[in-house]
Amino acid sequence: MSEWKDICKFSDLAANTGVCALHNQEQVAIFRVGKEQKVYAISNYDPIGKANVLSRGIVGDIKGKLVVASPLYKQHFCLETGECLEEPENSVKAYAIRVEGDVVQLQA
Amino acid sequence: MSKQKIIVVGNGMVGHKFIENMIEHPDYDQYEVVTFSEEPRLAYDRVQLSYYFAGKTVDELMLTSPDYYDENGVRFIVSDKVVNIDHANKKVVTASGREESYDKLILATGSYPFVPPIPGKDQEHCLVYRTIEDLEGMTASAKVSKVGVVVGGGLLGLEAANALKNLGLETHVVEFAPRLMAVQLDEGGGQLLRSKIEALGVSVHTEKNTTEIVAGETCRYRMNFADGSHIETDVILFSAGIRPQDELARQFDIEIGPRGGIVIDNNCLTSAKDVYAIGECALWDGKIYGLVAPGYNMAKVAVSHITGGDLAFEGADMSTKLKLLGVDVASIGDAQARTPGCLSYTYSDGHAGVYKRLVVSADNKKVIGAVLVGDVEAYGNLLQMMLGDIEIPGSPEALILPSIDGAAPALGVDALPDSAQICSCHDVTKGDIFEAVKGGCTDLSGIKSCTKAVTGCGGCAAMTTQVMNAALTEMGVEVDDSLCEHFSYTRQEIFDIIRVKGIKSFDELLESHGQGHGCEICKPAIGSMLATHWNEYVLDDKHIGLQDTNDIFLANMQRDGTYSVVPRIAGGEITPEQLIVLGEVGRDFGLYTKITGGQRIDFFGAQLHELPPIWERLVEAGFETGHAYGKSLRTVKSCVGSTWCRYGMLDSVSMAVNLEMRYKGLRSPHKLKMAVSGCTRECAEAQGKDVGVIATDKGWNLYLCGNGGMKPRHADLFAQDLDDETLIKYIDRFFMFYCRTADKLQRTSVWMDNLEGGIEYLHEVIVEDKLGICEELEADMARVIDTYECEWKKTLNSPERLKRFAHFINSDLTDDNLAYVEMRGQAKGRIATDEERQKLAKGVEIETVELV
Ligand SMILES: Cc1cc2nc3c(=O)[nH]c(=O)nc-3n(C[C@H](O)[C@H](O)[C@H](O)COP(=O)(O)OP(=O)(O)OC[C@H]3O[C@@H](n4cnc5c(N)ncnc54)[C@H](O)[C@@H]3O)c2cc1C
Ligand code: HEM
Ligand code: SF4
Ligand code: SF4
Ligand code: FES
Repeated sequence: MSEWKDICKFSDLAANTGVCALHNQEQVAIFRVGKEQKVYAISNYDPIGKANVLSRGIVGDIKGKLVVASPLYKQHFCLETGECLEEPENSVKAYAIRVEGDVVQLQA
Repeated sequence: MSKQKIIVVGNGMVGHKFIENMIEHPDYDQYEVVTFSEEPRLAYDRVQLSYYFAGKTVDELMLTSPDYYDENGVRFIVSDKVVNIDHANKKVVTASGREESYDKLILATGSYPFVPPIPGKDQEHCLVYRTIEDLEGMTASAKVSKVGVVVGGGLLGLEAANALKNLGLETHVVEFAPRLMAVQLDEGGGQLLRSKIEALGVSVHTEKNTTEIVAGETCRYRMNFADGSHIETDVILFSAGIRPQDELARQFDIEIGPRGGIVIDNNCLTSAKDVYAIGECALWDGKIYGLVAPGYNMAKVAVSHITGGDLAFEGADMSTKLKLLGVDVASIGDAQARTPGCLSYTYSDGHAGVYKRLVVSADNKKVIGAVLVGDVEAYGNLLQMMLGDIEIPGSPEALILPSIDGAAPALGVDALPDSAQICSCHDVTKGDIFEAVKGGCTDLSGIKSCTKAVTGCGGCAAMTTQVMNAALTEMGVEVDDSLCEHFSYTRQEIFDIIRVKGIKSFDELLESHGQGHGCEICKPAIGSMLATHWNEYVLDDKHIGLQDTNDIFLANMQRDGTYSVVPRIAGGEITPEQLIVLGEVGRDFGLYTKITGGQRIDFFGAQLHELPPIWERLVEAGFETGHAYGKSLRTVKSCVGSTWCRYGMLDSVSMAVNLEMRYKGLRSPHKLKMAVSGCTRECAEAQGKDVGVIATDKGWNLYLCGNGGMKPRHADLFAQDLDDETLIKYIDRFFMFYCRTADKLQRTSVWMDNLEGGIEYLHEVIVEDKLGICEELEADMARVIDTYECEWKKTLNSPERLKRFAHFINSDLTDDNLAYVEMRGQAKGRIATDEERQKLAKGVEIETVELV
């Protein structure tokens, strides 16, 4: 089951920003956080603003949780779980992601 | 039950206050209110009357409006004087013959200026200072005059002298008593005030008793004095005191004091049944109160009595603090030390121009009066100690001595009782402020709007802030103004750290002064500060993660995740060729096209991958980015000005273009808008902008800290008749001072409302260079201007950066969640609703909308 699909190069990601990938017909927001080689993936769709924009939010941490703030109305989504901190009923899907060498991969 | 009808004669400050209090009363629906005014308009702020000369308009001085009265069912009749009271039949008659019956009658007729019976006093340019019409008369007289004399060196006289001086006249003050402000000041204070005022170029003549006004030789008139001396002048302004307007009451058997004034009791009732008198026409305990606060208090008491409450008028404190011709003066309680057995302490510093006198009780324990000239910082403290009958902590002289070690022996606001009055203009107590804070007003501008404190004379600002902070502390709200959980510093402190330590990146700052990873609050705020100070490219590797989505893609994100594009059109000026290019870009990329509120053109519906080709076309045609996406200077709006307009005084378009080109790209705590109008008709609406510039026949007037938006605020007039160079110098300093000291996302209007000392303090910093930082501010601005580059041009030259402008990192496909509906001839007339998008997904055609 654990098949991984190449998405892009790690070096394509600027530190502390996100990009959007097309993966199995779904839009996935991928974030690179901090100085380590650490990446996260959640859905790109903001269920509150109803638009595909989460990859373009600012990343940071709130009370220890790594989050992205929606660029539309600023709700926070947890990067590890996709949980929406303000409106848990509007949480989004999280994806399994890893870095192999210089390649970022999503689980197929 | 039929309503009780109340007639209010006189719609001045106090008459209006009475009506306002009635309207706010829970039983208001049982009353009907009618008011008459002899003046041609409803109540205005007489206390601020002199600001008329500083550019305040009549509209801005108004305390109420016909709409407000209409909405609340108050009938009003202006320009009609009540001339008769038929008390037996309970009705009033006006000059125009109108009759109106009443159940309760309120006399709020105010006072009139006293003009001493000097032969020759009734000539054309002999004026008084009380109404807007008087001020219009003064302006007209000043135009044909060179010299002006004010008769009377009291509080109002000195205000009038200031007005004459500002109208450009050589100004003299003639006073009968041996010193200025004889009522409020003691001799030492009067002397110092005199020397300060003379230093400003106003001549003061004391102990002069005018005997006649005759034709002059060098001027229009000559005033002869009892001591044989004389003075020549073109205008004479009488300010020799006020007399209660009790004419109406005199015609009936309503009791009048021996020297005038309608006698009232503790309920503000006159000797006639159902007739009340309030404000400056009323005589209570043998006293007329010539200040507005006691009048407001009477209004409250009268409302209470009519509606069955039990408030009583118990006299008022006459302490005052004000700025006369730029000199701070305050007088508290028994300033003249007339209380038997009292002791006084005096401190005077001839060099700094400070005089203070403290009067204490015979036992040396209580403050009973004070005079402060030149340094009035102790006013709030001393006044509260007197009103609260609080025992002096330590030795009395410490209260007026300058604190050598910086630790002023301030009386903590904790020591005050809840009933202590903090704002006398609006009768706001310590308890009121505490309640407002508990109700959620946690900054000064909030306190201002919910309690009205600080919105009258403004003298209580410092004290109000102290009380507010005490309330916050008591509630356990740490007055925590740190930026966010990652930085326990205020924005201002962080700005200083960046400047002083030369910090150039967020990571550097986070490491040395913060914790965690940062968030969407601190990142853009710090990104903005770094940009204000160093002005590096915002998409640089070390800055890109700090930018809001708008800045990251140098465009404004719309609700569906697409972007709008706004090129700079400085001053709103554009060549036909450029306009054609814009049209072509809009057409070729199929963008919804609209003219913005800032005199430029906005294209909507561009997807990420379309932004670079759009900008390539724009940059090629000579356009630069418009920074519509940034917290930065937006536009400088302009009217067409003197180059075309019949009324234009100066070339407003050139100035607007210059200003926009100078400040473009300046990153700031919040967006900045400017405008330039070519004359006082103000077609560019400059007074609603952060920086507004209006041409006069003598130069530019500069207005600061205005705002449209959610909470509109008129800009304050900051400086007048400036030349181009000074104008720009002041704006440089203003912008940089704001950028350094404002809170994150704080517009200049809120910043100003929270700035201790307000516009006067700002004047001291920017014009008088009180903090000695003006040179630095200008240098900082010069660096920003020198390092400007168009962010779009730079981005187009960087293939690495351009890679980011695609919806997917691993595919050339685009977002499939976008759909638009045609409207008024534009294909992308609007974003489709969710429902419509679902229909579209199923292949159902959407009806187009055509509105004409
Ligand atoms: C230049 C200036 C500066 C001042 N500065 C201060 C200050 O710093 N602090 C302070 O506390 N006070 C100040 N005052 C005083 C303050 O303005 C007055 O105390 C206040 O306006 C009194 O209010 P009032 O309603 O009693 O009288 P007014 O405001 O004078 O109103 C009375 C109104 O009644 C009208 N009226 C009179 N008779 C009739 C009639 N028969 N029929 C119909 N209408 C009638 C009058 O035309 C007038 O409009 C200042 C006054 C002036 C002129
Ligand atoms: C997502 C939020 C917003 C976006 C994308 C946005 C965008 C814009 C743009 C592009 C303009 C045209 C100005 C120009 O030519 O540069 C504009 C004008 C204006 N905006 Fe906004 N705006 C936003 C929020 C607000 C808010 C919250 C307010 C009020 C508090 C506001 C008040 C104004 C005003 C008053 C103007 C007219 C300016 C003028 O006449 O000079 N905007 N806005
Ligand atoms: S503000 Fe004055 S100069 Fe400018 S367009 Fe209007 S009338 Fe003309
Ligand atoms: S007024 Fe409101 S709806 Fe209109 S552009 Fe501004 S923020 Fe958007
Ligand atoms: S005391 Fe005048 S505004 Fe508060």
